[in-house]
Amino acid sequence: MNVIVCIKQVPDTTEVRLDPVTNTLIRDGVPSIINPDDKAGLEAALAIKDQTGAKVTVISMGPPQAENALREALAMGADEAVLVTDRAFGGADTWATSSTLAAAIAKFDYDLIITGRQAIDGDTAQVGPQIAEHLGIPNISYAEEIKVEEGYIQVKRQYEERYHLIRAELPCLITALAELAEPRYMSPGGIFDACRKAEITVLSRTDLDVDDSNIGLKGSPTRVKRSFTKQAKGKGSVIEKDTLESVNWLIDRLQEKYII
Amino acid sequence: MDFELSREHTMARQLFRDFAENEVKPLAEEVDEEERFPKETVVKLARYGFLGIPFAKEHGGQGCDTLTYAMCVEELSRVCATTGVIVSAHTSLGAEPIRKYGTNEQKEKYLVPLAKGEKLGAFGLTEPNAGTDASGQQTKAVLDGDNYILNGTKIFITNGGEADIYIIFAMTDKSSGTKGISAFIVEKGFQGFSIGKKEKKMGIRGSATTELVFEDCIVPAANRLSVEGKGFGIAMGTLDGGRIGIAAQALGIAQGALDETVNYVKERKQFGRSISHFQNTQFQLADLKSRIEAARLLVYRAALAKDSKARFSEEAAMAKLFASETAMAVTTKCVQLYGGYGYTRDYPIERMMRDAKITEIYEGTSEVQRMVIAGAMLK
Amino acid sequence: MINKEEYKGVFIFIEQVEGEVAKVSYELLGKGQELAQELNTQVTAVLLGHKVGNLADKLAKYGADEIVSVDDPALDIYMTEPYAKALAAIVDRFKPDIMLFGATAIGRDLAPRVSARVHTGLTADCTKLEINEEKSIMMTRPAFGGNIMATIACPDHRPQMATVRPGVMEQIPKRSGIVPKVHNVTVENLSASKNVEIIEVIKKISANVDIMDANVLISGGRGLGCPENFALLEELAEVLGGTVSSSRAAVDAGWQPKDRQVGQTGKTVRPNLYIACGISGAIQHLAGMEESEIIVAINKDPSAPIFEVADYGVVGDVCKIVPGLINEISRLREQQKIV
Repeated sequence: MNVIVCIKQVPDTTEVRLDPVTNTLIRDGVPSIINPDDKAGLEAALAIKDQTGAKVTVISMGPPQAENALREALAMGADEAVLVTDRAFGGADTWATSSTLAAAIAKFDYDLIITGRQAIDGDTAQVGPQIAEHLGIPNISYAEEIKVEEGYIQVKRQYEERYHLIRAELPCLITALAELAEPRYMSPGGIFDACRKAEITVLSRTDLDVDDSNIGLKGSPTRVKRSFTKQAKGKGSVIEKDTLESVNWLIDRLQEKYII
Repeated sequence: MDFELSREHTMARQLFRDFAENEVKPLAEEVDEEERFPKETVVKLARYGFLGIPFAKEHGGQGCDTLTYAMCVEELSRVCATTGVIVSAHTSLGAEPIRKYGTNEQKEKYLVPLAKGEKLGAFGLTEPNAGTDASGQQTKAVLDGDNYILNGTKIFITNGGEADIYIIFAMTDKSSGTKGISAFIVEKGFQGFSIGKKEKKMGIRGSATTELVFEDCIVPAANRLSVEGKGFGIAMGTLDGGRIGIAAQALGIAQGALDETVNYVKERKQFGRSISHFQNTQFQLADLKSRIEAARLLVYRAALAKDSKARFSEEAAMAKLFASETAMAVTTKCVQLYGGYGYTRDYPIERMMRDAKITEIYEGTSEVQRMVIAGAMLK
Repeated sequence: MINKEEYKGVFIFIEQVEGEVAKVSYELLGKGQELAQELNTQVTAVLLGHKVGNLADKLAKYGADEIVSVDDPALDIYMTEPYAKALAAIVDRFKPDIMLFGATAIGRDLAPRVSARVHTGLTADCTKLEINEEKSIMMTRPAFGGNIMATIACPDHRPQMATVRPGVMEQIPKRSGIVPKVHNVTVENLSASKNVEIIEVIKKISANVDIMDANVLISGGRGLGCPENFALLEELAEVLGGTVSSSRAAVDAGWQPKDRQVGQTGKTVRPNLYIACGISGAIQHLAGMEESEIIVAINKDPSAPIFEVADYGVVGDVCKIVPGLINEISRLREQQKIV
């Protein structure tokens, strides 16, 4: 069985701080990590490998330093790693990203494709389903539990107040929630092998059968018009009024923040 | 000379850091408070191969090097010195002598399960009357057919009672002095081998430190390591490597104390501002960091020397001496920077100071390290 | 290049489960009305399901001028492919200018699939929607873990699609007397297009939430006065969809179990909202909660250190303020109910 896992190297956005003076993000020193949902997906794939001897291939589209994320995946136990990188792919929105990744995946044999539900930098949750659309295979999103059988997969698909237990024929694509699996640690031996012995396949523009009109910034239907940081959290406000006024004041503040 | 860590060492360090933060740190306070040996952590250490880091894959190990192993002990000790010494004693003292001096059969039977983490290792040299003067071994081993019969007591043995495999030193020929000592692989469960008193300690309180009692204990002759009379050399050679582990432990304790303290001084406000604003605090932190970095270089150099040179005793001794004294000085200073709160058990800093002290004592006191270093200089 | 002039109308995907319309769909109908007015066009509700025709009335009351309905047994329970196929057919036939979905477990699965099928742009989890001078929609949304906001446009493709965060847009007050224009659409082969099988639908049962997982924490300290007052916090937690936590003082006094303790010797929490009631804010407590997104503090003592870290601080009697909050929030929730 062949399992392909798409992973993205992302900045650890939980560690990003706002510079209160310049009101810009401090990105220096923020570690790059494998996107958490993707890592859960990778663990699920490795668990399938443990059970069935499946081959796990990790693919990542990104700048050259995404190689580090791939080495980490190899050190966790993935069999092969593929880096999809080219300046031509830069600036892509989810349509262009999914087109590029689908073209790369099409070069491999696959029974199951696993992507994370969403990346903690883009936060769109769109790439997984769109890859499935480009490849013409079913996708099951928000996978909380999976079970692989001969030619089939059974997925516990999460909704807000219920689950669907879904059965699908392979090949198909699932998007993994972080709850799907607790990722294993790398092993020291795995790290040494990943760094000293493993070869990473690099795919660039010319390796992919995809149209220029579907990749990179030019191939993106959506464009970022502007981006701005949220207001820095200054010292808060404290009031001392009578009960009714205080309650109303608090309610107003909570409504402003969409809590109510 | 490249002071930058390679990619694999950088990744390994991050692995150990993440594991320590997520799996070990949450238990550290309880392990210390209850003097509890963290069995569940040992299971996890075994699962990820942390109990066999420097051993070859064909021996069930991870196929890494001594530097990687040292970083593991360092990162574990940074959050919990007890967990650090469990790994150090098991790897350097319990398993390494078998790797270095064992026959292929002994490696197959003992080293492989130790490296895989299926079994835990320990080392029994110290006796009530043989501490720094290790040559005064009173435990006796008498050959009787295919077995040796051991009689005697060992004390202060790390991983005592928890370990399955013990490297035990005993006198086979009293008349030959140190050349009459031999080394044996003893399994828990051998007839006549029992665990005695468990020590109540100032620090590394979760580490099982016990007495080992041998009363007509039967040890197969096949379990003797190398030939009779080689025991003292094996012990000294093993301790050279063990020193690197302890030096790494001390280094980790010091770093952990400094990291906690830096966070604390930024938060603690007195006289209207964070105490990190005062130059007294800043200068002290600068001094602590510089000492720790110096210790780090010594420890890493000793680790590299072990893998590349025939003799590395001097490097190991300097690393252990300097790192352990650094750990004591740093943790003491850090408690001071915390003020009153640092003296309470609400904060981890007092535990780190209690943990640091033993690093100046075991696996060769600082005085012994000085003997080794001076001895090499004045040859 | 498509001819953008051909595309007209604000279409809202109506999410319904077992005949009950999701709240976000009403919010989007409301926002849709606002956008449609600026564009001088109509709001169309897109209703997919089986035997859900009776919903048309309610949809009209809350903003639907027209309704496009596909009623098919294949659409009875949500499944990606038949829904995507039906929606793609609707996009093809009706050519909407704008199409909005709730950013829900359904919306965030369906919208990407449809947008890819019809080759258009999709913007995720929007919190702001505006029409610019060129009569196009500007979609603003959080990214980078919520650390930045990005405004996105879909310049050359249609429909301009977006999933919208629930709870942000406002539904319009109920309007009466609107008779919507209903288009009953048939899409061929929807049943045959099913490519997965739903074996079972399982309802969720809520279990005890670990305070470290909670999005909203209502935390109590010694300042509550007595253990019985924690019942007030439980009520407030109920209306806010949160969980109760505690300071060390209240745990030591036996008022709360240890697994609810926040602080240096308890748990470290990072909820979206932390309301500290009767908690002074000792350094050990702050260490456990100061990373919360929004901190509200209620305490009698104006010099309590908790006010140093609170975004919104109220100096007052917790036992009076909290009941006031419970009443007001319950009233607002009642108001927002759909009738």
